[in-house]
Amino acid sequence: MATITRKSVDVVIVGGGWAGSIMAKELTEAGQHVVMLERGGERSTASDGAYPGSLDELEGNFRFKIFQKLSKTTVTVRNNINQTALPYRQLAAFLPGEGVGGAGLHWSGVHLRMAPDDLTLRSTVISKYGKSFIPEGMNLQDYGVTYAELEPYFDKAEKVFGTSGEAYKVQGKIVGNGNAFAPDRSDDFPLPPLKDVTGAHLFRKAAAEAGYHPYSIPAANASRQYTNPYGAQMGPCNFCGYCSGYACYMYSKASPNVNILPALRKNPLFELRSNATVLHVTLDSTKSRATGVIYLDEKGDEIIQPAELVILAAFQFNNVHLMLVSGIGKPYDPVSNTGVVGRNFVYQNISTTTAWLDPSVYTSQFIGTGGGGVAFDDFNSENFDHGPQGFIGGSPVWVNQAGVKAIAAAKAGGPPGTPRWGSAWKSGMIDTYKHAVRMDAHGSNMAYRDVFLDLDPTWKDAFGRPLLRMTFDWKDNDIRMNRYVVSKIANVTKAMGARRTHLGMKEFGQPFDTRFYQTTHLGGGAVMGNDPQTSAINRYLQCWDVSNVFVIGSNAFPQGTGYNPTGMVAALAYWSAHHIRTTYLKNPGPLVPA
Amino acid sequence: MMTNRKKIPVRNPVFQTLMLRKKTYLLAIPGAVFALSFAGSATAGDNASIAKRGEYLARASDCAACHTVSGHAQFSGGVPFALPFGTIFSSNITPDRDHGTGRYTEAQFGRAIREGVRADGSPLYPAMPYPSYARMTDADIHALYIYFTTAVTPSSEIPPVNTTAWPLSIRWPLRIWQAFFVPKSDQAKKSTERFPDDAVMARGAYLVEGPGHCGACHTPRAATLQEKSLTAQESPLFLSGGSAVDGWTPTSLRGENRTGLGRWSETDIVSFLRNGRVAHGSVFGGMSGAVGHGTQYLDDSDLHAIARFLKSLPAYDKDQIPWHYDASEAQALRNGDTSAPGARLYVDRCAACHRTDGAAYPTTFPPLAGNPVVMNPAPDSLIQIVLAGSTIPAMRASPSAFVMPGFGKTMTDEQIAEVVSFIRASWGNNTAPVSPTDVARLRKSLSTATPVTPTPLN
Repeated sequence: MATITRKSVDVVIVGGGWAGSIMAKELTEAGQHVVMLERGGERSTASDGAYPGSLDELEGNFRFKIFQKLSKTTVTVRNNINQTALPYRQLAAFLPGEGVGGAGLHWSGVHLRMAPDDLTLRSTVISKYGKSFIPEGMNLQDYGVTYAELEPYFDKAEKVFGTSGEAYKVQGKIVGNGNAFAPDRSDDFPLPPLKDVTGAHLFRKAAAEAGYHPYSIPAANASRQYTNPYGAQMGPCNFCGYCSGYACYMYSKASPNVNILPALRKNPLFELRSNATVLHVTLDSTKSRATGVIYLDEKGDEIIQPAELVILAAFQFNNVHLMLVSGIGKPYDPVSNTGVVGRNFVYQNISTTTAWLDPSVYTSQFIGTGGGGVAFDDFNSENFDHGPQGFIGGSPVWVNQAGVKAIAAAKAGGPPGTPRWGSAWKSGMIDTYKHAVRMDAHGSNMAYRDVFLDLDPTWKDAFGRPLLRMTFDWKDNDIRMNRYVVSKIANVTKAMGARRTHLGMKEFGQPFDTRFYQTTHLGGGAVMGNDPQTSAINRYLQCWDVSNVFVIGSNAFPQGTGYNPTGMVAALAYWSAHHIRTTYLKNPGPLVPA
Repeated sequence: MMTNRKKIPVRNPVFQTLMLRKKTYLLAIPGAVFALSFAGSATAGDNASIAKRGEYLARASDCAACHTVSGHAQFSGGVPFALPFGTIFSSNITPDRDHGTGRYTEAQFGRAIREGVRADGSPLYPAMPYPSYARMTDADIHALYIYFTTAVTPSSEIPPVNTTAWPLSIRWPLRIWQAFFVPKSDQAKKSTERFPDDAVMARGAYLVEGPGHCGACHTPRAATLQEKSLTAQESPLFLSGGSAVDGWTPTSLRGENRTGLGRWSETDIVSFLRNGRVAHGSVFGGMSGAVGHGTQYLDDSDLHAIARFLKSLPAYDKDQIPWHYDASEAQALRNGDTSAPGARLYVDRCAACHRTDGAAYPTTFPPLAGNPVVMNPAPDSLIQIVLAGSTIPAMRASPSAFVMPGFGKTMTDEQIAEVVSFIRASWGNNTAPVSPTDVARLRKSLSTATPVTPTPLN
C-alpha cells in the first residue's frame, strides 16, 4: 500500500449523498474545483433500480443491498454511562447508507420544512412557559437560524427534489388545503400532491371529523413527470411501494443520483471518486486550519488529498466521528458538561398505531409511496399548549403507507395476541394486510446531558480507528409526549369506524433497543448555534475552531424534531453554500467571530 | 447492408471529454458558423477560428459515429461494419502521418470526403457517405481539413484488419459502383443549391442532403446498395424511410401522418435533435449517436433550418389515414378487461411507464400511442427495443438518461409478439400484428450484435 499525494483542489467533500451533492453543485457553480469522496461504490437507477429485478424485498429490506456494510465500520451502543458498549453488528434500529447517493438513494421521500418554533425551541419554551419548564439535564437549544432566513433554501430544495405537496399559505395568502400550521411560503410546491391511498383518504376524513387539520405530506416522490432547475428529469410515482431501501425504477423518488449528479457529472470542475474511505481530516500545526483529508482508495492505497476547503457531508454520526478522530473541536465530556463534539446526540421517537377497518374496506397495504400520505400537526412543535402537559416536544400523526411488502406483512402478522404461526396467524396477517391502517406518531426527541457520542475505548474499525460510541436511552419527557399524542389518535380511529384499534405507545422504563427498526433519523452530535460553548459549528455550519471545515447534515440539529430530517438538511446545505459563495470565498475565515 | 453500422456507445470517456471541451468552443461561435466566403491567406488566429468551424462541421457530419470507438483515441477508427461477406473497420483519420491522414494534402482530403477516393487512389467503401458529402462546399472542406490537421490529436492506433475474403476484398470494382452512383461534386453541390431566395431552406437542404447525410439511413437503398435518391428534388423516395441498420428500421422523415413527421412541428424536430426527446418520442438505436455526438451541438438556427427543410417534404405514402387517438383499449384496461391478446402482458410489463392509455409520460418515458416507430410497417425497431431494452442517453441540455430494461430474457418469442402486436393495434395505432418468427429473427441477430453500452449513472 502506497501513500500518494494528489494535486491540491479548492474543495474536498466527504460523502456523496444529498448534502455532499448539493454542496458540490453550489461550489462548482461558484467556479470551485470540487472533489467528492464517497466510501461506497457507484449506484444508479439502471443498475440498482433495474426493473423488475430491483423489486426484491429480500435483497432490499432484509439483506440490505444498498445500506452500510457493518463489517468494515459501525458504531457501538449502550443505554447509559455505566454500561459497556457493544458494536451494532446487524442493521435494524437505524439504516445508514453507503455508495453514491448515500442515504439519499434509499430514503422514502418525506420532504418537510422545519417548523419555525422548532428552530428557536429554547427561546420559545422559555418565553411561553418559563425557564423552569425545561427539565433538569435537558440541553434545550436554538439553531441560531430562523425560518425566515432558511425559507429561500427550503424553496430551492423543493424545486430541485421535485416535491409534491399542497401549500396552505403562499406569500401571506391562503391558497389551498395544506397544513394549516405550516409557515408562510414564498412559492407553491413544484408538483401537486400525490393521490391518497384508501387508508390515507379515510384518515383524512376521520381526522377532520375529530377536529384536527389533515394535510398531504410533502413528498419528494414525483406526482407527475418533472424537470428540475438543473435539467434533471423524474418520472411519475406509480405507488409500487419500493421506495425505502431501493433505487426507484421509475426515476420518481428524488435522489442525488437522479436529481443533482446528472448535471454535476458533466461539469469539468467536478470529480467524484467512489470507493474512497476518508480516514481523517488533516490539520496544520496550529490545529486551526485543515490542509485536506486522507483517504483509502479501492486498492487500499492511502491518498493524501490537499484542499483549501473541507466539507464534511457524511451521514450524521460519521461527521461526528470524523471530527473526533481528526481532533476538530473539543470532545464532549458529560461529567464536566464541557466540550461540544458528541454533545446533544438525538434520535426520533416513533410509535405505530394500527386500526382494523370493516372487511368490506380494502386498504391494500402493498400499495404505497414512500413520502406520500396524510398527516395532522395539531400535536406537533408548539402548535398546542404544552403548559398543562408538562413536556417539551411533539409529533405529527400520519398515515404514510409506503407499501408494506410481503415479507414485512408476514412478519407483522395479525393484531396483538394473534399466534405467530398456523392458520390463526395466516388469517390475522391477511386481515391486517388487506383491511388495516397504520398510523405513526413520528415524534421529537430532546437532547440530554447524559445522551451523547464519543470514541469507544475498546472497539476499533477495519482501519484501526476507534469506533464511535452511542450512549442513548429514552427519557420520561419524550415518553410522556408520545403517550399524550398517541392517546389523541383514538379519536381518529373512532371516527374511522375501526372495529379494533391497537394504540402503539412508548412504555416508561422500556430501554432503547437496537434490534427493532425505528427510524434512521439520527441527529445532533455536532450541532449548530450561536454559542461556541454549546455548539460545534456556527449558524453557517462552519466549525468554530477550524474555519475551513464546514459540517453539513442532521448532526447540526440541537434536538430531534417530529419531522423527517432530509428537507432541513438540504435547506441547511443550500444556506451554508450561499454564505460560502457570497462571503467565505471572498474572504476565507470565520463567518462568525468566536 | 453496406451501411450496417455498429452503434457507438454514447457515454465513453473519450467522447465525454470531447464534449466538455467542445462546449466552450461552441459558445464562442456566433450564429453564422458557415460563412461561405473564405480568404486563402490564413493567419494562426484565423486558423484557430477555422478549426472551430471545422469542429462544428465534424459534429454536423457526425464523423465520430464511424471513426471513434469508446476507450480509444478520438477519430482513431476501428468501428466495425459487419457485412454479409466479412467485417470492415473504419480508418484512423487523425493527423498521424503514418497511421492516420497526416500526409493528406487538402485536395486529397477533400477528394476522400467528397468522392470516396483515398490518397493512394483506391476507392473507399460507401459505408462512408461520400455521395452526400459530395455536396459540401470548398470552404467547409477547408475548415474540416484545418480542424483535422491542427486541432485533432494524432494517434498511432491501427484499426483491425478487414476480414473480407478474396475476391470481395478487392477494391477496384468499387470504382465501377462509384462511377454509376456517386455524383460529381460540382454537380452535387449545384443540385442541392435550390433555394436562392430562402436562406433558411437553402441551409436546411445543405445540412440534410450534405454533411448531415440523413439519407444514409433514412432513404431506401436499391439492390445495388445505392440510396434511391440523394436529394429531395430527385425523388420523393428521399428520406421516405430506410432499410434496416443493425436491426433498426429508420422511419420516414417526410410528411406521412402515421409513419413520418406529419404530426411533428418544426419546434418538435429542433427539440428532438437537441434533447433526444420530445412529446412524440425519444431517440433510440443509431439515432442516439447521431443526436449524441452530432445534432445536439448544432446551433439553433441550423436546427431550425434542418427542421424547416424536413417539414417541406410531402408524404411519400399519400394514402395514410391520419392517426386519431382511440380510447377504447384504455377504457377496457381501466375496467380490468385484459382479454385482448397481449393486454395482460402489457399491463404487467409496460404500463407502469407507458400507461394503459399508451400516452406514457413524455419526455421522461416516450408514448406508444401515435408513435411513428410503433406504426412503421417494419416492426423491427419496436421488437428490438422490447427484446434488448433501450437507453435515452444524456444530452447536454437534458442531462438525465433513461433506461428501459430488455425483456428478452424473461419473455418468450410468443409473448413478445403478443405484446408488440397489442401495442401496434391499440390506441388508434391500427397497425399489422407481428409473429413469433419476427421476434425469433431479431433475437438471433441480437445475440451477435448486442452492443456494450455503458450504464447511465443517474
